[in-house]
Amino acid sequence: MPTLLKRFIGLVVVVLLLIGANAFMSREGLFGFGFPYYYAEILNLTGISIILAVSLNLITGFTGQFSIGHAGFMAIGAYSSVFMTVYYSEGAEKWLTAMVGATLAQSLVFLGVILFGALIAAIAGLVVGIPSLRLRGDYLAIVTLGFAEIIRIIILNIDRVGGATGFRGRVPPWDGRLIIPQYANFIWIGGFAVITIVVVYNIVNSDIGRAFISIREDELAAEAMGINTTRYKVLSFVISSAFAGIAGALFGHFRQFLHTNDFQFIRSIEIIIMIVLGGMGSITGAVLGAIVITILPELLRKLPGDLYSYRLVIYSALLILIMLTRPQGVMGAKEFGISWLKRAQRRPEGDKPVGEKGVPIAQTDEQGKEHA
Amino acid sequence: MKRILFALFLISVLFANFACERRGGATNGSSSGPIAVGYYGDLSGRTSSFGQSTKNGVEMAADEINKAGGIDGRQIHVITEDDQGEPNKAATVVTKLINQDKVQALLGEVASSNSLAAAPKAQEAKVPMISPSSTNPQVTQVGDYIFRVCFIDPFQGEVMAKFAANNLKAKKAAILYDFNSDYSRGLYQFFKRSFTSLGGQIVSEQSYTQGDRDFSGQLTAIRSANPDVIYVPGYYGEVGVISNQTKQLGIKAPLLGGDGWDAPQLWQLGGASLNGNYISNHYSVDDPSPAIQKFVADYKGRYGILPDALAALGYDSMKVLADAIKRAGTTENTKLRDAIAQTKDFPGVTGKISIDKDRNAVKPAVVLKLQDGKFHYETTISPEGSTPSTAASGSTAPSTASAPAPPTKASSPAQ
Amino acid sequence: MDTFVQQLINGLNIGAIYALIALGYTMVYGILRLINFAHGDVYMVGAFTGYFLALSLGLAAGPSLASLGIVLLGSMIVAAIVGVIIERFAYRPVRKYSRMTTLIMAIGVSLLIENLFVARIGAAPRAFPDFLGSQSQPPIHLFGNAAISKAQIVIFLVSIALMVLLQWIVFKTKVGTAMRAVSFNLNSAKLMGINTDAIISLTFAIGSSLAAAGGVLTAQYNPNIDPLMGILTGLKAFVAAVLGGIGNIPGAVLGGLLIGAAETFVVGYGSNIGIASTYRDAVAFAILILVLLVRPSGLLGSTVQEKV
Repeated sequence: MPTLLKRFIGLVVVVLLLIGANAFMSREGLFGFGFPYYYAEILNLTGISIILAVSLNLITGFTGQFSIGHAGFMAIGAYSSVFMTVYYSEGAEKWLTAMVGATLAQSLVFLGVILFGALIAAIAGLVVGIPSLRLRGDYLAIVTLGFAEIIRIIILNIDRVGGATGFRGRVPPWDGRLIIPQYANFIWIGGFAVITIVVVYNIVNSDIGRAFISIREDELAAEAMGINTTRYKVLSFVISSAFAGIAGALFGHFRQFLHTNDFQFIRSIEIIIMIVLGGMGSITGAVLGAIVITILPELLRKLPGDLYSYRLVIYSALLILIMLTRPQGVMGAKEFGISWLKRAQRRPEGDKPVGEKGVPIAQTDEQGKEHA
Repeated sequence: MKRILFALFLISVLFANFACERRGGATNGSSSGPIAVGYYGDLSGRTSSFGQSTKNGVEMAADEINKAGGIDGRQIHVITEDDQGEPNKAATVVTKLINQDKVQALLGEVASSNSLAAAPKAQEAKVPMISPSSTNPQVTQVGDYIFRVCFIDPFQGEVMAKFAANNLKAKKAAILYDFNSDYSRGLYQFFKRSFTSLGGQIVSEQSYTQGDRDFSGQLTAIRSANPDVIYVPGYYGEVGVISNQTKQLGIKAPLLGGDGWDAPQLWQLGGASLNGNYISNHYSVDDPSPAIQKFVADYKGRYGILPDALAALGYDSMKVLADAIKRAGTTENTKLRDAIAQTKDFPGVTGKISIDKDRNAVKPAVVLKLQDGKFHYETTISPEGSTPSTAASGSTAPSTASAPAPPTKASSPAQ
Repeated sequence: MDTFVQQLINGLNIGAIYALIALGYTMVYGILRLINFAHGDVYMVGAFTGYFLALSLGLAAGPSLASLGIVLLGSMIVAAIVGVIIERFAYRPVRKYSRMTTLIMAIGVSLLIENLFVARIGAAPRAFPDFLGSQSQPPIHLFGNAAISKAQIVIFLVSIALMVLLQWIVFKTKVGTAMRAVSFNLNSAKLMGINTDAIISLTFAIGSSLAAAGGVLTAQYNPNIDPLMGILTGLKAFVAAVLGGIGNIPGAVLGGLLIGAAETFVVGYGSNIGIASTYRDAVAFAILILVLLVRPSGLLGSTVQEKV
């Protein structure tokens, strides 16, 4: 019961924080004061990056399958949800407005298209995952990369979503009558970032999550233990893709303009750098990585022109350096939080209690307390 | 749970670290003090040579104005931001220029897709933006604060179609366009429409993707269709190679192109194979008019290279903006917007510029012939139904008649 | 008919380049089970080395086969050194770690090379000097409309020569035997007294120089070179290696030629059946997925049991 209460209080705090932050960033401001729009924009983009990094971490960090096409799934989510908004949501919104009022109707429609984007991205994840995850090794990397590229080419071929010009609203005829509405604000983006973190955290600490981790640690052993590795790999990949789709949907309704140039190979690499920097297999690490990698380039803008053009060199050198010194990422699989500040060292990995199904269970909060 | 709270705590710390500002009351623009003008473009990405040329033109124009005492004694301060050629980044840097640097007007972008991503930010904040060279009709449709000083895709496609049909007497045309580029696709569609309406026939339509290096498949298919001319509305990087491979396959039909060809690298890539091809462009460095020759000489003196069309357009965009500020007497946004909209017969390097009711520039295009490493002036083709001087004759009434194909209808894909 | 023959020539022409690059992928994978992501960038480095060599030696002025030979050799040597450096300082330290680590390392190296070039010389394309005068000379007519250009002939001849040379090294020399031993089982080879580190370095050197040759040769036909040219070409070459059976040298050649031909035919005939020519880049990846589904060991590869 106290846990439930604690969770409820946590939820209320999170929601209040989000509403406050959003008001602070809005055009009106909170009590007349506001955040500079430029910072607000970066903060929103950071939220989207967090969703991307944490979700990629599920497949790459926890399940140990290297995917370099995350931007492709993001593109699918973005384009499919915006497509729904632009072409099919007007009627639904009108109908809902009559029933529950404009604000709620808009929110419901937005939620609907986000979930639609997630669904399509998940289906794409399934289609890509089944052939490539059957095999061991590095094929997934190449297949996801190629897949992201194919997605880009296909989108370019669809004139209804703007083709090479970019997707700004209804085409044809383009007359500016209907542009993509800016549904996404910090309540949505921050909210989904929190949801992503909570969901991935709970998955990782469940039976499924331990199956994922066992695949990462030793696929053969996992299979010998009776884990259907292909099934779990595909499951992890599909969940990860769905969250990338959500990130895309939020991005589309935040930016109000979609262009395939924003979903190129380099974008996938950026997400990988986030989790490598943060630590593969660490949720908090991924969050930290996402924050750093999104904000750093903006801070680097202050550098003189020549140095600024070296920022990508710095990124890649950083990647190499981390691999040479700490291949598991800066944070490794460590999570950090208030408890981490209290006790610097965690118990060794082998000490984990064993769960009902014979699968080792990583410590949860409650069990952790017993041993602390 | 604690970890989640900690993550939130981190985010809150970030909040606290940034300064907050008072909302409302901040009016845009003033009538005294230095004028901040934002320029954004691709300075480190794939199309960085375009962004760099434009930047050179903009800065040269600003320096000239400042040396001559500024606008009513006010100096121009150009603030440059790099968007790496990505639409998302373009929108972010424009937000920064408007809200952090408090620019009073914006110049940019070269690529239409980047302008399309950034223009809503300018429109929302009511900061006038002049695109030097985004030719897609949609760009200025974003709102009444968005202008351009170049002609639009429909017109350029039409120019080449007319030139092919009337001057070259071509009956059969093949098209090879860049599938990834809205610019190339726009030109392709409007060339096709005009050429067929002039009685011509499109015998083969092929496409490639930016960054491709082998075009022999497409060119072989085109060769078997035996066209009189091949329209290649692409950028110089691929066009140079296309021209080269055209000759290696023994194709004799001339290639026709647009302003995307105009770059010094074109000659290194294509070499002698480019001889006998034609392009439409904004201006010609060979133009004997003293204003153009002075611009070319000044630019060469300053940067050591001949100015391409993008440099000229960058220069013109700054000059048009300065002219509007001078006429408005202020950089107050609504007045500045109206002053830009009323621009007529402005003597730019790229021709006499008048802004029409769709906030597009109305001006003629030149057709240039490629021969021995140089563009040679061939002919000038003016917007339909009017010569450039009459196009701008109505001083208050916007020159509606001179606008090329109505953009709304025109931008629908031809399928 | 002549159009078909022409498309075949075009396709095999690109295919020969893919084959040269695919050889490097397949050799490295055969020995280390590593997808050397930086291999495509070595191809780019090769092209740029040739470019700067030609400029600094003043060879760009007159078209001649001899200067092409010098540039080709020079860039192959430089690329071999680059390959060895990459192996020594990036891959060797992480060889003992998991596959994911080496893969991320490979991507890091690839990005570093690309971005260093972009930062130093810019991303704008440059023009590779035309040594064969193909910009001004007409092609050689075969029959009908079918023609083959001088550049294409040179590409064919040089790549065949290099592939024969490689085959000879691998199967007829002592070093080649050692390479095969290492690829069969690294630890056993070490126990047999083979200096495995040296063999691995040599493999990188050979693979890299072949990629550099591909870079210089392709630039004779497509003079447009830029720092990002290696990404897509490298990926397609990798697909070619997988298609032929990764780790298998004749397979890499066959795969390269097949991918090149498939691409060109999609471009040349796709529009007749409603496939836009922009799908050419999708072809390679579609083939990859198909191969993984139907025959993961590739056309010429043998099924190898995963080692425990």
